[in-house]
Amino acid sequence: MSSDTLKENVMREERLSGGHRMCAGCGSPIAIRTVLRQLEPGDHAVVTGATSCMEVSTFMYPYTAWKDSFIHNAFANAAATCSGVETAYKALKKSGKLDDTYKFITFGGDGGTYDIGFQSLSGAMERGHDMVYVCYDNEAYMNTGIQRSSSTPHFADTTTTPAGKVIPGKLQKKKDLTKIMVAHNVPYVAQTTFIGNFKDISEKAHKAIYTPGAAFLNIMAPCPRGWRYPTEKLMEVTKAAVETCVWPLYEVIEGKYTLNYMPKNKLPVAEYLKMQGRFAHMFKPGNEWMIEQVQQEVDKNWEYLLKSCGL
Amino acid sequence: MGIRERLSGNEAVAYAMKQINPGVMGAFPITPSTEIPQYFSTYVDNGEVDTEFIAVESEHSAMSTCIGAQAAGCRAISATSSCGLCYMTEMLYVAASDRLPITLAVSCRALSGPININNDHSDAMGVRDAGWLMLFAETNQEAYDNYLQAMRIAEAVSLPIMICQDGFITSHAIENIELVETEKVKAFVGEYKPAHYLLKKGESMAVGAYATPAYYMEAKRQQAQAMMDAREVVYKVGKEFEAMTGRGYGMIESYQMDDAEEAIVIIGSSAGTAKEAIKRLRAQGRKVGLVKVRVFRPFPVLEIAEALKNVKAFAVMDKTDSFNGHCGPMFAEVSASLYAQGVTAPKGIGYIYGLGGRDVRVESIEKVFAQLEQISKTGEVGETYRYLDVRG
Repeated sequence: MSSDTLKENVMREERLSGGHRMCAGCGSPIAIRTVLRQLEPGDHAVVTGATSCMEVSTFMYPYTAWKDSFIHNAFANAAATCSGVETAYKALKKSGKLDDTYKFITFGGDGGTYDIGFQSLSGAMERGHDMVYVCYDNEAYMNTGIQRSSSTPHFADTTTTPAGKVIPGKLQKKKDLTKIMVAHNVPYVAQTTFIGNFKDISEKAHKAIYTPGAAFLNIMAPCPRGWRYPTEKLMEVTKAAVETCVWPLYEVIEGKYTLNYMPKNKLPVAEYLKMQGRFAHMFKPGNEWMIEQVQQEVDKNWEYLLKSCGL
Repeated sequence: MGIRERLSGNEAVAYAMKQINPGVMGAFPITPSTEIPQYFSTYVDNGEVDTEFIAVESEHSAMSTCIGAQAAGCRAISATSSCGLCYMTEMLYVAASDRLPITLAVSCRALSGPININNDHSDAMGVRDAGWLMLFAETNQEAYDNYLQAMRIAEAVSLPIMICQDGFITSHAIENIELVETEKVKAFVGEYKPAHYLLKKGESMAVGAYATPAYYMEAKRQQAQAMMDAREVVYKVGKEFEAMTGRGYGMIESYQMDDAEEAIVIIGSSAGTAKEAIKRLRAQGRKVGLVKVRVFRPFPVLEIAEALKNVKAFAVMDKTDSFNGHCGPMFAEVSASLYAQGVTAPKGIGYIYGLGGRDVRVESIEKVFAQLEQISKTGEVGETYRYLDVRG
């Protein structure tokens, strides 16, 4: 397990170089860099990327920001593509044509993971490839311009669920993908985001990479354009998500749930919602019911998680 | 001297795969190609091959795993049919653009709808512009022989290749076949040695870039060049194969074409039926012949023009329709080939035939030749867009 201090952590080799075209205040490159820093020096990686903001911003011919080998294939098939690479690694190892150690890491946004890439992900996890699938979850199709996905939270204002006069944003609740991945009986599943000194995300990334077999890491990675927060507030948004229990930090090792962070004072969801323009309509007079409903949903999920963790 | 056996077309292809012993197979079941991964996974589970088999959850993932595996530095193979080929279409384009010489066995079957499991060419013809090399077989022997030549051709030009045969007609029918000794196969096919790959020691590689308008068209132009370059490779590999087995292969097969006045152009197993019709008609003194297209991509433009330049009338047989209101895909390609080569004298018609397993009999082909005889005599072409053996 990684026991770096924050200073040691950030001194490790960067495997995603600067100069890529991701927005300021975007969570995705932070998630990627943090995960890749957990590769042990000397270990190689092949990174797979689903079509996404991240892919088109980091690998525009003739440039690549990826220092390790990288393959982008399409939107729906990052996990299957990684399956193929990992299987080729096994074949080459078996035939004695390769002696280096490689790790296989896939990055996809929530659209490429919760929705169009869901079948491919489920197949790869069930087959148990020695790989990590990392979802950088920004809760909508940001690359195409903020359309709702099955990860978009209840009532969020997106370009395909606009907060209108009759329909007040997205009518459905967010899909609980982390739980679905737990149901695949893979050895390691975790949910994390950027908080404090990055200890939680770093430790989980290290475990996910070095646990033999399939692992799934769900990282809340906010998008300033879609969520409508000032770019410098990124870490405040993720902290509020954790302190309100909207996005609890937990991991599931061989089916056993562990809560990694217990808020001292669980904050009301309004503290999280009010920071973001996508929820602004919920604060208009007469819409208090929406905030109350979200609070009930968060409370219910939180209680279920506590029970799962034996708390 | 080879090994005499009796195998179905699917088993022959699976046996060729076993002899080649590639790195990775990713496959999903669909009738009628299902037997190929079935036979092959038996070889895997009995330790008769070193190949890693990935039993994926869809054809989209089958081709995706092949792309990942081939980019990573292994030979990658798959097999499919019909809707399965449709479902992997998105990835077929990527495989070609990434210049990955993946080998895909296709047991051709009609597309839904109506849903139908029998043979025609609507699946393979539907992906004819995806950038893949495409070889078609008349017999089980040809399906096997084409498979043994596939990787040599594909790897020489860095393009993926489809080895197509007719679903059920050859995929399930058992025929006598002459197999090549495995040591000879291994020596013929050789080791896969890509210049660059994801897992290459000492270098990293990035595959599948976003290409802006400044680069996209150059990438496509290079694919076009590779496809053009493949023609010469097909002949070279075919000649070497002939030296090994006595069975030679080129872009097309001309049958009784030297003095033919009427000819049909056909693809796949129905060529065998057509040859029988030609034998009967020749016995009656008719000067009829056949052009069998073995390689559909790249299209045999020169060979077709040369073969048809002296006929009075020809019919192009399409086992699929383009639904463009006037012809099937091969009629369009043959006509374009003749026009491009300045061959304008022969009168041509197109037939859509054998859809969804509609039986193609010797008599069916004789009917076509009867029509061609009329055209030869009268010079009147009439309707060029025709359906064979259909009610209504």
